[in-house]
Amino acid sequence: MAYAVTVNGTTRSVDVDADTPLLWVLRDELGLTGTKFGCGIAQCGACTVLVDGRAVRSCVTPIALVEKSEITTIEGLGSAAKPHPLQQAFIDEQAAQCGYCINGMIMAAKELLDRNSHPSEPEVRTALAGNLCRCGTHNRIIRAVLRAAHANGRT
Amino acid sequence: MNAPAFNRRQFTTGLGALMLAFSLDPKVAPAQGRLPGSLQNNRKLDAWIGINADGTATVFTGKVELGQGILTALRQIAAEELDLPLDRVTMISGDTGRTPNEGQTAGSQSIENSGTALRLAAAEVRAMLLDLAAKRLGVPPDKLTAADGVIAAGDGRRLGYGELVADLDLDREATAKAAPKLPASHQLVGKSIPRFDIPAKVTGDAAFVQDLRLPGMLHGRVVRPPRYGSKLDSVDAAAVKAMPGVLAVVRDGSFLGVVAEREEQAIKAREALRKSARWTPGPELPDPARIFDVIKSLPSEDTTIGVKQGPAPEGARRFEAVYTKPYMSHGSIGPSCAVAEFKDGKLTVWTHSQGVFPLRAELVKMLKMRPADVRCVHLEGSGCYGHNGADDVAADAALLARGTPGRPVRLQWMRDDEFGWEPYGPAMVMQAKAALGANGKIADWEYELWSNTHSTRPESTTGTNVLPAWYLADAQKMGPPSAIPQPAGGGDRNAIPLYDFPRQRVIHHFVPDMPIRVSALRTLGAYANVFALESFMDELAAAAGADPIAFHLAHLKDPRARAVLEAVAKKAAWKEGEKGDGARGRGIGFAKYKNLACYVAVVAEVEVERGSGNVRVPHAWAAVDSGLIINPDGLANQMEGGIIQSVSWTLKEEVRFDRTGILARDWASYPILTMPEVPKVEIELINRPSERPLGSGEGSQGPAVAAVANAFANATGKRIRDLPLHPARVKAALG
Repeated sequence: MAYAVTVNGTTRSVDVDADTPLLWVLRDELGLTGTKFGCGIAQCGACTVLVDGRAVRSCVTPIALVEKSEITTIEGLGSAAKPHPLQQAFIDEQAAQCGYCINGMIMAAKELLDRNSHPSEPEVRTALAGNLCRCGTHNRIIRAVLRAAHANGRT
Repeated sequence: MNAPAFNRRQFTTGLGALMLAFSLDPKVAPAQGRLPGSLQNNRKLDAWIGINADGTATVFTGKVELGQGILTALRQIAAEELDLPLDRVTMISGDTGRTPNEGQTAGSQSIENSGTALRLAAAEVRAMLLDLAAKRLGVPPDKLTAADGVIAAGDGRRLGYGELVADLDLDREATAKAAPKLPASHQLVGKSIPRFDIPAKVTGDAAFVQDLRLPGMLHGRVVRPPRYGSKLDSVDAAAVKAMPGVLAVVRDGSFLGVVAEREEQAIKAREALRKSARWTPGPELPDPARIFDVIKSLPSEDTTIGVKQGPAPEGARRFEAVYTKPYMSHGSIGPSCAVAEFKDGKLTVWTHSQGVFPLRAELVKMLKMRPADVRCVHLEGSGCYGHNGADDVAADAALLARGTPGRPVRLQWMRDDEFGWEPYGPAMVMQAKAALGANGKIADWEYELWSNTHSTRPESTTGTNVLPAWYLADAQKMGPPSAIPQPAGGGDRNAIPLYDFPRQRVIHHFVPDMPIRVSALRTLGAYANVFALESFMDELAAAAGADPIAFHLAHLKDPRARAVLEAVAKKAAWKEGEKGDGARGRGIGFAKYKNLACYVAVVAEVEVERGSGNVRVPHAWAAVDSGLIINPDGLANQMEGGIIQSVSWTLKEEVRFDRTGILARDWASYPILTMPEVPKVEIELINRPSERPLGSGEGSQGPAVAAVANAFANATGKRIRDLPLHPARVKAALG
């Protein structure tokens, strides 16, 4: 069945079953592989995207539920050549080891900063509590989010 | 016993003849001189370095990026010696078709082995370029200077490296005679160069093998049995074959998988296959309540190491304690993945294996192909921290791709495949005994440990060491596992104390039988041994009425060991004799990793909620001496990450199982540390430019577990000797 989905400002039609998770539509149909498969059961946060500004787990979000929504993925923020300030903050803090969780971290942080432009450190930790990192990069991730928030204040 | 892939009967012969994939033993003719680092086994200069006509360099390494930043560090080393800017050096890594064979990227050895090879090869290539320029310009080489890929004479004449390429012959053996630069003249080494891989990783560019998309690519999934050694009796392949998008159901004996046009179709087909599959279950697993007794009761091969034969003490107080460490999972955030393609009788596999050459050797055996017809190419995966599902999924993908020749098959394991089937870090038992003399110093030390192997990696033994091979109709067995020899050691890694005890003995009970599948997890036995050894030191310090850091120093002459202990005490503002208050306390842990790599000391603070039994580690401090530091921020990142991972292992992690199989299947049944629980970490780096660089990626985990366990004892007055420090265990200890 055909669905029109709006991702990063562009609407495209995809022909998939109604219960297909958004994750596979993004990665396999639209070629947006920045959003990662981690667990498939909304436990790790690697697949986090924004749906109408809310951070959701795309691995358990059926495509039929988001047809009328604005979806933002990591690719919608910026590129390696022109990173979004939040992405730049992750580069400045060297806030990645393997980097597999980082896309989800950034999207969860994006939601946080959109509703709270100057979070405290505990607020950052709480906002990212559902995003797992295995390399132990957590403190750099927190610093990157706080750095981006600080940059917000200056602009 | 219930060995998954191999049992006692199969390894009655041949134990002495095994060759370890990660052995540093020279495999060269005696006539050849010994060359440093990985030059020893990859002796040609052009195996490592190519100078291109445009003046850039292509640098080849057999080591691979695992998220540890190694390709940035190696690029710094090569660019430094070549006198080239970093952006004119391209790294090619881990490709059986292109790079040197450096075995596994493991054991914190990449800087020491590949880094040493590249430093010497690059210095030699630079010297050759200077010689060529000297001939061309008619000036002695020592009157020339090289910078930014240009060689200049005093009179202003200049030659770019590209202009010398035609005469540069790198198809010759390295001599390792060209002296590398002195640390004082380093422009790139020692600098916190930002990692080259991070921009793509934070912007969603394809950075991982999981993201590889090839034309015509299909998606596969596999169905694993209920437990080790099960046999597939029947499955309704026809019904699944008729499902939308399904191109092939691949069954070979008890190996079962599916290939579909789209990923979600493959996942649905996997579910259908799983529901219709009927299995004869393999042998039951051991009783988890008795697992440590089981391990101790299995036949073992015993080795006595680290013997010091001082006089037997008289009138000393004697102490004894037993410590345990459970099975632990690598817990990669991204399940393992590979893409495989059969085309014109040749197989290409894109893989995040830590060793593309050893993996190729296993695929060649499993598929009965020629090495020349199989190419393994490394692409990054999610962090692996040792031998996770990377090699197995590559073998799975190859089996699926064989069923759809001409079209590449991408296979990513599901979460429960990874948790249920990867080889875990082994459970271990450590028993320590000591005598404390009247002078408050340790007079005698005896330590025994029981452990399975810490490597069942590809090529770690004979047989075929990839999971699906054991389930094929023409099943191939794994060879007998073996112990990794000292001085690095496997289960006995860091089992020999670095302390100046007058009398000591360490016995390694190597247990070949594996009731649960195990292999290499970051640090191998060091995490468990440093936990036991440093916990016991802390117990003995308390018995001696001594401050634990002072007690450590009283038994240590090595100045570099003393320096990290003193540095961390200062960093943490440690107060001699500081005592916990029942809920909060601090502890110390120290090790020189493998007794031959970096020195690390960690102070950890714990907070104990007595009601719930929850333990938190709000803060940790560390000091590290890794010799010459290549990239300070990269080293700090590895230290921070190692400590946080170790705190997670220590507070939470245990692979649970029952008689019917593995119970860890997702992040609820195998929880790890979350963002609000992560300690603040402060690192002191001690740079020693005149010392060789030492491996560091695995240096902090042992000291960190010991610091946490000792902090718990300092806080509560109670000692927990079994990991992890989970709430039920804490409540029981506190009464």
